[in-house]
Amino acid sequence: MPPSGSYSVWSYGFVIVGGRTNFRIDLRNTSDKIGQIVYESNGERQCGQMDSLFKTLPNPGDQLTKTSRSFARALRMIEHVQTTHGRMQMFEGFDPVILARAQFAFTMSFHIIFPAFSIGLASYLAVLEALWLWTGRDVFLNLFNYWLKIFAVAFGMGVVSGIVMSYQFGTNWSAFSDKAGPIIGPLMAYEVLTAFFLEAGFLGVMLFGLNRVGPRLHFFATLMVAIGTLFSAFWILSANSWMQTPTGYTINAAGQFVAADWWKVIFNPSFPYRLVHMVLAAYLTTAFVVGAVGAWHLLKDTRLPGPRVMFSMAMWMATLVAPLQILAGDQHGLNTLEHQPTKIMAMEGHFESHPHGAPLILFGLPSQAEGKVNYAIEIPKLGSLILKHDLNAPMAGLDTVPRENWPPVPVTFWSFRIMVGIGFLMLGLGLLSLYMRFRGKFYESRLLHSFALAMGPAGFIAVLAGWVTTETGRQPFTVFGLLRTSDSVSPLAAPAVASSLIAFAIVYFLVFAAGTIYLLRLMAVPPHHDEQGPAGNVPSRAAGITPAVGATASGRTS
Amino acid sequence: MIDIAVVWAFIIAFAVFVYVVMDGFDLGLGMLFPLFPKKEDRDVMMNSVAPVWDGNETWLVLGGGGLMAAFPLAYAVLMPALYTPMIVMLLGLVFRGVAFEFRWRTTRERNLWDIAFAGGSLMATLAQGVALGAILQGIVVNGRHYGGGWWDWLTPFSVLTGLALMAGYGLLGATWLVLKTEGTLRDQAYRLSWWLLFAMLAAIGLVSIATPFLDAEYARRWFAWPNIILTAPVPIAVAAITALLMRSLAAKQDYRPFFLSLALFALSYAGLGISMWPYIVPRSITIWQAASPDNSLHFMSYGVAVLVPIILGYTAWAYYVFRGKVRAGAGYH
Repeated sequence: MPPSGSYSVWSYGFVIVGGRTNFRIDLRNTSDKIGQIVYESNGERQCGQMDSLFKTLPNPGDQLTKTSRSFARALRMIEHVQTTHGRMQMFEGFDPVILARAQFAFTMSFHIIFPAFSIGLASYLAVLEALWLWTGRDVFLNLFNYWLKIFAVAFGMGVVSGIVMSYQFGTNWSAFSDKAGPIIGPLMAYEVLTAFFLEAGFLGVMLFGLNRVGPRLHFFATLMVAIGTLFSAFWILSANSWMQTPTGYTINAAGQFVAADWWKVIFNPSFPYRLVHMVLAAYLTTAFVVGAVGAWHLLKDTRLPGPRVMFSMAMWMATLVAPLQILAGDQHGLNTLEHQPTKIMAMEGHFESHPHGAPLILFGLPSQAEGKVNYAIEIPKLGSLILKHDLNAPMAGLDTVPRENWPPVPVTFWSFRIMVGIGFLMLGLGLLSLYMRFRGKFYESRLLHSFALAMGPAGFIAVLAGWVTTETGRQPFTVFGLLRTSDSVSPLAAPAVASSLIAFAIVYFLVFAAGTIYLLRLMAVPPHHDEQGPAGNVPSRAAGITPAVGATASGRTS
Repeated sequence: MIDIAVVWAFIIAFAVFVYVVMDGFDLGLGMLFPLFPKKEDRDVMMNSVAPVWDGNETWLVLGGGGLMAAFPLAYAVLMPALYTPMIVMLLGLVFRGVAFEFRWRTTRERNLWDIAFAGGSLMATLAQGVALGAILQGIVVNGRHYGGGWWDWLTPFSVLTGLALMAGYGLLGATWLVLKTEGTLRDQAYRLSWWLLFAMLAAIGLVSIATPFLDAEYARRWFAWPNIILTAPVPIAVAAITALLMRSLAAKQDYRPFFLSLALFALSYAGLGISMWPYIVPRSITIWQAASPDNSLHFMSYGVAVLVPIILGYTAWAYYVFRGKVRAGAGYH
């Protein structure tokens, strides 16, 4: 029977007062339940779960009139509550937590591509300019200017997608910001102060200033930009690692994390491993892009000086850094086993415990619901050998962990395999290039060049896959073991999050597709003699200023 | 004993102010783009900010990141409250930012990126102004969460502040062009500066009249004795700066119009500070309630004390390197 009385809608849901029963229907997530209903019936306070019949939410501030559809829905829901008086079904429609996670994953995935590229490219540019200053060979300056134009476009996209990230925490994860802000906030503030300003402050001089400040000061600017990108990686990975392996904190009365020891916060247990793994990944990503561009031009003309130099430099990176990266990844895995065993269980697909040595599951179809890997192809005891360096070492599985603490296994399992697979392909290319070098066919082998061309985007895919592995492996927590993802979101209704997600998706696909086309267009032409940097596209600004410096600089560059 | 929360309120206010004046002229210049249809003029306009816009925008990241670090509760309440304006601002900044690079990479789609540049600048400015109005008019807080709806920010007052900021950034952009350009471009910038100055004065006037009606506390703050001794100099100074600015525009001076416009911004900003103090979310959360634990604030204070002077140093150097008028055509190919 419908209750009588007054009805009003609030941000958290709506309140119905009157009659014998007062309803406060709370559509926010509270603890790990979503869309909780609190209602008082005969003076007794009870809770229940939202029913899926109430998927479309009325706007806060709406007055519920007896004719409105929300009212009709509310009545149906209340009748449902009255009849069942107990736990109801889970909210099955779109829920704000999933949408907020989708939005973060989407904006983050787009963003991470650009820093992964610009960290490596900034260092590469610094090396090229140093080689030019040292040897005076034009080919290095041509390469520098060639890649500088590409850097400018990629960096611009990194900046704009990065600003979005610094506000995502507040707009969609306000509860997380409130609770973890006192620790994560200062780390990010240091990133801004030490890295972003350094990059942005010297970027203008790096892009447009060679003729204004002279080669030495210009090299200093390039170096500052490269160092800035590395500082940025340092702080953001420290913040991310703290969310993975939190140490050095206490919790205050307001429920906020407070640093007890900043040294332990910054250098938390997983940070050194993650930093090395990520920086090497960025260097490899850049090396494979540079290598692919070199290979593309060598396939057309093996005598081009610029592509020969860049291809050789890139393949040395692949030969030397790919094996280092595999070692670093292995060490990172051992560290994860120690501090986040559930992530390793998900990566390995270890639903069951193995008291006498765990297998290495190569492939299979993990099923979260069934709690097992279907059609598994596995090598007995190899898992224990890799992770514990002992064939018979016992390894616990997800069956030792309560189900509500399981990360999403299929995603973690597959993204990990993609990352590892690409890592070994990278190693393969590095070894093939070394072999061709010794055979003297390095600049002629079409096989090598085609392989390198195909591997151009490999770094980006590996970085994204690795990122997905580590982030989904941390679920269902934002701060591992301490703060659940469902307790971290903003008190927003699904339509708000869904519409902003759609807006981001449209704008990002539009803008970044255009950017990618412009990048590919720049890469499609080979670096030529007397290559100009971004300043070549814009009118000279040197009008009447520091002619002496300008003259020396142009003397050197010609 | 220094009150560290107050120090940090001033640091965040400083970062936001530096952002407003530095990205203000970039965004203002972007909004003026449609009024300068010639490609050469647009090239010059964009080049006058291309080397510095990225650094200017970084202050916005410091404002946001710093707010999360120093006043996490305020950040957690304000961002969901300003959800739509924030998303619009970010998307606007995406369009504006990529246009700087993309514009030079294509001839066929150049007009498209010019529209993105102008439209993005406009979106971002309007959203920032609306957000300011939404903060001033008060925000519903429920415990440690935002307690209002997702359209609460939209009121006539917030639309007014949005338009006011457009006029203000427009004035900064126009006087920046006066400073950085020559010839017909600069003549047009002078003419625009007059119009935008009047628009900004009208906007300052309307916002100042409307603010005391939002909340009795604002009225008491400004007009009650003895506060009025402290607050009266603000409108008097606005009048004085306006007079100087008009004289300098009439005399066709190069540098002064821009810096006097900045002074107008500083005064308006001080006025906002007087209205808001000591709240960070007006009428709900004070700076002390929102402040991070002392050890977080202390930890960051070292960084700010050492790094901000260095940042200001190399930022000034970058401006110095690209000083002087930007010329079209010369050496262009």
